[in-house]
Amino acid sequence: MMPAFAMGRNVSPEAFFEKSVDVAVKKRLADAALNAAKSKGASYADVRIGRYLNQFVTTREDKVQNIVNTESYGVGVRVIANGCWGFAAVVDASNEAQVAKAAEDAVAIAKANAKLMKEPVQLAPQKGFGEVSWKAPIKKNAFEVPIKEKVDLLLSVNDAALKNGANYVNSVLFLVNEQKYFASTDGSYIDQDVHRIWPIFNVTAIDPKSGKFETRNALSAPMGMGYDYLQSNPSDKLTGVTTRYNKGYDMLEDATAAARQAKEKLTAKSVEAGKYDLILDPSHLWLTIHESVGHPLELDRVLGYEANFAGTSFATLDKWKSKNFQYGSKQVNLIADKLQEGSLGAVGWDDEGVNTKKWDLVKDGVLVNYQAIRDQAHIIGEKESHGCCYADSWSSVQFQRMPNVSLAAGKTPLSVDEMIKDVKKGIYIIGDGSFSIDQQRYNFQFGGQLFYEIKDGKIAGMLKDVAYQSNTQEFWNSCTQVCDEKDYRLGGSFFDGKGQPSQSSAVSHGSSTTRFNGVNVINTARKI
Amino acid sequence: MAILSKEEAKKIIDKVLAFSKADEISVGLDGNRTGNIRYARNSVSTSGETTDLSLSVTSVFGKKSGTSTINEFDDASLEKTVRRAEEIAKLAPDNPEYVPMLGPQQYVDTNSFAEATAAINPDYRAKAAFDSIDPCVKKNLTAAGYMEDTAGFSAMGNNKGLFGYNKATSVDFSITVRTADGKGSGYAARDYNDSSKLSTASATEVAMQKALSSASAKALEPGKYTVILEPTAGVDLLQNMMRSMDARNADEGRSFLGKKGGGTRLGEKLFDERVNIYSDPQNLEIPGSPFSGDGRPQEKVMWVENGVVKNMSYSRFWAQKQGVKAIPSPSGFIFQGGTESLADLIKGTEKGILVTRLWYIRAVDPQTLLYTGLTRDGTFYIENGQIKYPVKNFRFNESPVIMLNNLEAIGKPVRASGNLVPPLKIRDFTFTSLSDAV
Repeated sequence: MMPAFAMGRNVSPEAFFEKSVDVAVKKRLADAALNAAKSKGASYADVRIGRYLNQFVTTREDKVQNIVNTESYGVGVRVIANGCWGFAAVVDASNEAQVAKAAEDAVAIAKANAKLMKEPVQLAPQKGFGEVSWKAPIKKNAFEVPIKEKVDLLLSVNDAALKNGANYVNSVLFLVNEQKYFASTDGSYIDQDVHRIWPIFNVTAIDPKSGKFETRNALSAPMGMGYDYLQSNPSDKLTGVTTRYNKGYDMLEDATAAARQAKEKLTAKSVEAGKYDLILDPSHLWLTIHESVGHPLELDRVLGYEANFAGTSFATLDKWKSKNFQYGSKQVNLIADKLQEGSLGAVGWDDEGVNTKKWDLVKDGVLVNYQAIRDQAHIIGEKESHGCCYADSWSSVQFQRMPNVSLAAGKTPLSVDEMIKDVKKGIYIIGDGSFSIDQQRYNFQFGGQLFYEIKDGKIAGMLKDVAYQSNTQEFWNSCTQVCDEKDYRLGGSFFDGKGQPSQSSAVSHGSSTTRFNGVNVINTARKI
Repeated sequence: MAILSKEEAKKIIDKVLAFSKADEISVGLDGNRTGNIRYARNSVSTSGETTDLSLSVTSVFGKKSGTSTINEFDDASLEKTVRRAEEIAKLAPDNPEYVPMLGPQQYVDTNSFAEATAAINPDYRAKAAFDSIDPCVKKNLTAAGYMEDTAGFSAMGNNKGLFGYNKATSVDFSITVRTADGKGSGYAARDYNDSSKLSTASATEVAMQKALSSASAKALEPGKYTVILEPTAGVDLLQNMMRSMDARNADEGRSFLGKKGGGTRLGEKLFDERVNIYSDPQNLEIPGSPFSGDGRPQEKVMWVENGVVKNMSYSRFWAQKQGVKAIPSPSGFIFQGGTESLADLIKGTEKGILVTRLWYIRAVDPQTLLYTGLTRDGTFYIENGQIKYPVKNFRFNESPVIMLNNLEAIGKPVRASGNLVPPLKIRDFTFTSLSDAV
């Protein structure tokens, strides 16, 4: 699910250089909230003091359409009273009385809702960490790069696309910085600085004679990195039928290729529907992992808490308890990971003060675990949370969110070329496109950006109008090969949506190029 | 108090305008109180209420524009916000597509505010949830639902003399009911400006019936079927089509409204001649805002008449460039219908499939407006005018343009997601695979 983005107030770019509230002040505010909650009868309380910065630079062709700078600052207090959660938040809190009032409101809400509660909250124990901090390992803070440099980059990207055959091009640079302070009655005072970057574009090529148009989106990934992501080295590039990128992205080069490929798509062969072996690039596979593995293994979905919106899950507790539910083939190892450097999900501690970790979800094809937070751990017999609790703002209640969920690279050395060599009738898919999956995560359909026909072990040319449909368990059991770690790359999104009211979360999914045999491909061409 | 009167709002806006040193300045002042309650597994999971009042200032020098926002209202803060917007504007690059602000405008009166909705409090929300959960508990069914209510105002003004003010309320409710064994699921959704029209109990009753009657569905082969799309199902596809009626995309040749050889399909008959779609901010069922975000008046607009594309939406820049009237996108649309009820449509169907809801709809091809998605929460086989049995959910790949050429019958419109949409009977609707999801 990809909803709109949480925003704050508009500010001047200079506001980004203003220092956040001092840690000593945050501690004082946090203690005021924790003490107020306890004095009103809370058995547990946590406080999140957040400053959220966003910058969006939007262009089309030779024009800057918009530069938006936003800042949002406030305090959210969550408590347990009478066995029930309560939450209240206050914007621009600057003194102890304001946050204490929020804490008192949260306790009052908890007590009111406790009357409708069926069973009290059971919180997995969590030790306090004292005063600690974590910073995203960025090399160059993107917020410190002058706007002009960003605008110049995007306009040069647009220019390259137009010179190479695009009729239209839109490009955007998204930047996010979350300055988050967390404190709880467990004795943690955690200060974190999270950075994210996402450069994207979309080129359109038009054939006026036929009235047809084709597009190609960027093959970039959103990353937990600084502006260094835009300074690509040759070692970050994987050459082949088109260049793909790892931890450094060459936007200009990709836009040049995109324009040529969008034009090429206009005359590409329309796919013949049928069964094909699919070779899926990580720039594509991340989204299939997200929808068919990440979401169904969220424990709150499994239990029915999302039934009215996102849905429930086919991966029910009985399947997990059986210890032999074959989610995928033996080659399939799916790992949840909140530590992975450069990923969107990486933090030191989650939004309820749990130190982050890495754990198996599917091991050698068998379902072995879910994603669970403190009030869910007991349901799956675990003694501690997985550390994947998140709120998209100081004003939102934290709840279970997807960690990075990735397909482990193959253990046997295998390159993409070697993988393709063995395919008789297949399609090589690069980049993410249209995506849709049912409310229990069985049936899905995915498109892509680039499709290449594989005939007798060789790339035979570009295809269009391609989408594949499958069933999650059938699909992952049709996985026969995974390339080795040299091909491993991350994809992801800033906009994973969940909850009512909906919250956005940023998440990465890694994989190497992977082969799935005999998948149903449909032709999406229509006439109107 | 988050809801200011017209006079209070104008006083603040005029004060802000007086601080301006820019060529142009526009001020937006919005306030609301919004509350929600969410439940699942027959128990309330979250509930909250927030109030917000914020002021947004856009200052312009030549073709450079900057925006600044604040939620404090003392004179010093207001002046600081104006200065900050001016600083941002001075730093911004020229926007070659900038169009000067509008002068005074005439806005129609809309009836978008209801006192009953504005009076909603935590007790009301708890009762609304109870009225939905309790009947489910009594029948051993599981309820998951969400209600959100908002009461607010929106005001805007600029130094060219434009001023607009509107108060609005809304309440949105949705409910999913599942059988205890997880084999049946039903859904209902309601939205109104006036909460006195909402009964969470009666909406829940519909979802309960659907849950009970959808259990143990049979599998039908995917393929082309005659379908009856309930308004809750049809609205999403129609809304996607209405949002794709932007003139610039069509003129640029990258829209379903672009024409072979260049130009647009404005004036062409693109749909069955019974298709008539218009918007009207004064419609009593779906009253909308009298003005668009940039201050243009919302008026009654015919978008599709007798199957012919009559209008497209324009940005002010694009309308000026093309020398046409700058019609803004509407907030809601009205698909004109007949007098037949959903039950009448079912009665008149020899063989077909009744669809309660469509889910996870995504664009597959913008050229043909092809969308994919799935049926959900109540899909039934109809034979000889009667619902025979529940069927497993399908994935569809279909374009609303093709769908509205395969029209068999149009029922009586009802409100759905802020629009008026009739139940639609469509032949040859394309289901491409089966889903095991319930």
